[in-house]
Amino acid sequence: MQQLWLIPLLPLAGFALNGLFGRRFPKAVINAIAVGSVLLAFLWVLKSLNALGAFSGGLEETHVEHYFTWIQSGALNISVDFAVDRLTAVMLMIVTGIGTLIHIYAVGYMAHEGGYYRFFAYLNLFMFFMLTLVLGANFLLLFVGWEGVGLCSYLLIGFYFSEKFATDAGNKAFIVNRIGDFGFSLAIFLIAIHFGSLDFGKVFSQATVLPIETSPGWITAIALLLLVGATGKSAQIPLYVWLPDAMAGPTPVSALIHAATMVTAGVYMIARSSSIFLHSPMALNFVAVIGIATAFFAATIGLVQNDIKKVFAYSTVSQLGYMFVGLGTGAFSAGIFHVMTHAFFKALLFLGAGSVIHALSGEQDLRKMGGLAKKIPITCVVLFCGSVAISGVPGTSGYFSKDLILESSYQYAPWMFWVGLFTAGMTAFYVFRAFFLAFFGEYRGDQHHPHESPFVMWGPLAVLAALSLGGGFINIPKYLEPLFPSSEGTLPSFLSWTPTVAGLGGIALAYVLYVLAPGLPESMASAFRPVYTLLYNKYFIDEAYDSAVVNPTIDGSRSLLWRTIDGGAIDGTVNGVGKTARSIGGVLRHLQSGYIRSYAGWVVAGAILVVIVMGLRGVM
Amino acid sequence: MPQIPMPPQSVPLTWYLILGAILFTLGVAGFLFRRNVITVFMSIELMLNAVNLSFVTFSYKYKQVDGHIFSFFVMVVAAAEAAVGLAIILTIFKNRQTLEIDEVSSLKN
Amino acid sequence: MEDAILFLLFAAIAVVCAINLVVQTHPISSALSLVGVMGALALIYLQLGGEFIAAAQLIVYAGAIMVLFIFVIMLLNAGKEHRVRRRLWVSYAGVPLLAAFIGVAAYVIERMLPPSPGAKFGAMTHGNPQEIGRSLFQVYLLPFEVTSVLILIAILGAVVLARKEVD
Repeated sequence: MQQLWLIPLLPLAGFALNGLFGRRFPKAVINAIAVGSVLLAFLWVLKSLNALGAFSGGLEETHVEHYFTWIQSGALNISVDFAVDRLTAVMLMIVTGIGTLIHIYAVGYMAHEGGYYRFFAYLNLFMFFMLTLVLGANFLLLFVGWEGVGLCSYLLIGFYFSEKFATDAGNKAFIVNRIGDFGFSLAIFLIAIHFGSLDFGKVFSQATVLPIETSPGWITAIALLLLVGATGKSAQIPLYVWLPDAMAGPTPVSALIHAATMVTAGVYMIARSSSIFLHSPMALNFVAVIGIATAFFAATIGLVQNDIKKVFAYSTVSQLGYMFVGLGTGAFSAGIFHVMTHAFFKALLFLGAGSVIHALSGEQDLRKMGGLAKKIPITCVVLFCGSVAISGVPGTSGYFSKDLILESSYQYAPWMFWVGLFTAGMTAFYVFRAFFLAFFGEYRGDQHHPHESPFVMWGPLAVLAALSLGGGFINIPKYLEPLFPSSEGTLPSFLSWTPTVAGLGGIALAYVLYVLAPGLPESMASAFRPVYTLLYNKYFIDEAYDSAVVNPTIDGSRSLLWRTIDGGAIDGTVNGVGKTARSIGGVLRHLQSGYIRSYAGWVVAGAILVVIVMGLRGVM
Repeated sequence: MPQIPMPPQSVPLTWYLILGAILFTLGVAGFLFRRNVITVFMSIELMLNAVNLSFVTFSYKYKQVDGHIFSFFVMVVAAAEAAVGLAIILTIFKNRQTLEIDEVSSLKN
Repeated sequence: MEDAILFLLFAAIAVVCAINLVVQTHPISSALSLVGVMGALALIYLQLGGEFIAAAQLIVYAGAIMVLFIFVIMLLNAGKEHRVRRRLWVSYAGVPLLAAFIGVAAYVIERMLPPSPGAKFGAMTHGNPQEIGRSLFQVYLLPFEVTSVLILIAILGAVVLARKEVD
């Protein structure tokens, strides 16, 4: 027993303390509780994993800890169990490690914001739910964590609750997530019906001996419904629309939740259910196709965004698409590998962007930045590290993981490889576009003294930069081999250098357009005005959803559900009961004439009636 | 010579019950149709007496004393009721100076 | 045979007095008729073997309650009732309806009563005070006690209701 339950419960305790009493604590105490709880959780993760042999080649079997039985209903037995296997180990390290770094960063970033204790309370609550999601040994615990992180996402996106766009974004995130959760719930029901249990061990051991479905059957149904849930949480087409709006939340939130941890929950869930997916090639195909489509689509939008956080948001959507491609083409470990490297460099990019925003006292528009390289050098350096990592420059972490995914996609379907390659080029382009626009050229904004971030902020950035550069050498696919037998995927030698070329080409193009010839992008934009407008307005998808789904639902609810059913039927019934009682009373009122003799008359009439009835019954 | 119907050797019990029924009906009639409140009260007492008669009759039928006991309790209750009822009538008379039952109708509606 | 004749005699007295009670206009006449009814009933009880009940009827009912009634009538100085114009159908239909009702009741009683021996004077020996006492204080002890509380309440009620307001 490694007392795994401590891992999620430490942040929960932090949430309870900060949430209930934080209002009266000084900042130092809040920091200590919030950061301390996550740091302790991280240390406990290290200790437990070490004891289980995770770092020394052990942990080949799943280590399960059973706590208590939660639901016992007929044949369905669901207990609260935590399980650790190699996949869990990877996720735990990512969540607690990067969580700790971001908590430390947030101490500096949120120093001047209101609602300080509330922020850290929510952040700790998020950690609790995320860790439950990762450690859960059955689908229901995973779902508890799933829903919980959705809730925390809502709370944190709408953190600045006095701004309408923030609360709208929070609503949007939650509602769109719910649609995905509906699919997930249906999948859980089907799993319970067909496998008789929700426990991972039982379900997957049964699943591995099933025949592979070539035509749509119930395995495909389960897999597709799980995919629906994953598209909601991991922002794939068609449910990605909440992620760009979620940038309304504070930057540490964007980094932690919408880059490194929550959005990867969908990827984790599909990887965990690999046994089910492997038995339904149709569903896996869907996963891959959705992934590559999302990756390409989001990258095109990111090319022309002017808000630095929005660029990175669309980048996240795009990279998540890559992970789905990895999963869908059968290279589950490549997908998880990319989860890890993406967590490193995307968190770094977001936190770095936060550093820039902090330096400029809140400015997020790239058009108002420029020439910051000399003014905030440390931020510039770390952002450079992150940018090269995401572009797949050889040797960086992003290079290794993206390469694996591209190889596997070439094996699966060559057209996916070419699309992925082009997207990699676009990724490099837009990231370096942002980099060059922010740090090179002349300063175009109106702040007089951009100042460097304090150590508490660039310290974690430095750690993340090191990880982004060197993290690729942690050979995750080999580590995960007992779980996900690797599919041999290598590119034919004439293509093996193409990812590198695409990455460097994107960087070079960005350099040309934004450093050497700054006027060129403008002229290109006006030359291709329709295309530019389409991309800039995100293909008008939000507007399309609004008119097709959102507004009809609101109107329908208003006219049908509210006025007709609630107002008319339900209120009408309740009022009608009252009216009926009143009218009956109005009639019966006349019995109370006040004349004693009329009362007496009624009494006698009743008595005669009783006598007659008794008499009839007796005489008959 | 036509047979003079001989009175029966013993009195059939139905006769007692029919007598009780007659008295009770007369009590009801008085209760409904008289307007003086004291007369109404006395009709109620008449009804109670009729009921007592039925009890005693049945007690005879089963040769048990329980009917008598019940009749006794009815008497006690009638006494209590008469006391309180007459006290109320006194109070009403003091307040309204009338003994007409139709004029005590403030519970109207 | 004598039982039957005596019964009919006393029954006739009771019915005539009852009719008188309903018909008389002055309350005091009605009260005196009621006393007559009670007396006749007491004799009928005697015939049915209810010695204790007959005595109680005379002492309690005729002797106490009716005296109370007469006191109240005299205290209130109640006068004759005014004749009131009745609706036509009431005057003509009242008595026949009553008779019809009594007829129906009699018929039902005849049919429903299981055959039993008739009443003879002296056939019932359990109506004496010993039997009553034994039953009252053993089987019916609780109702007995409760009834005494009831009388207490009635006394209190009557006193409170009828006293003069002290100003």
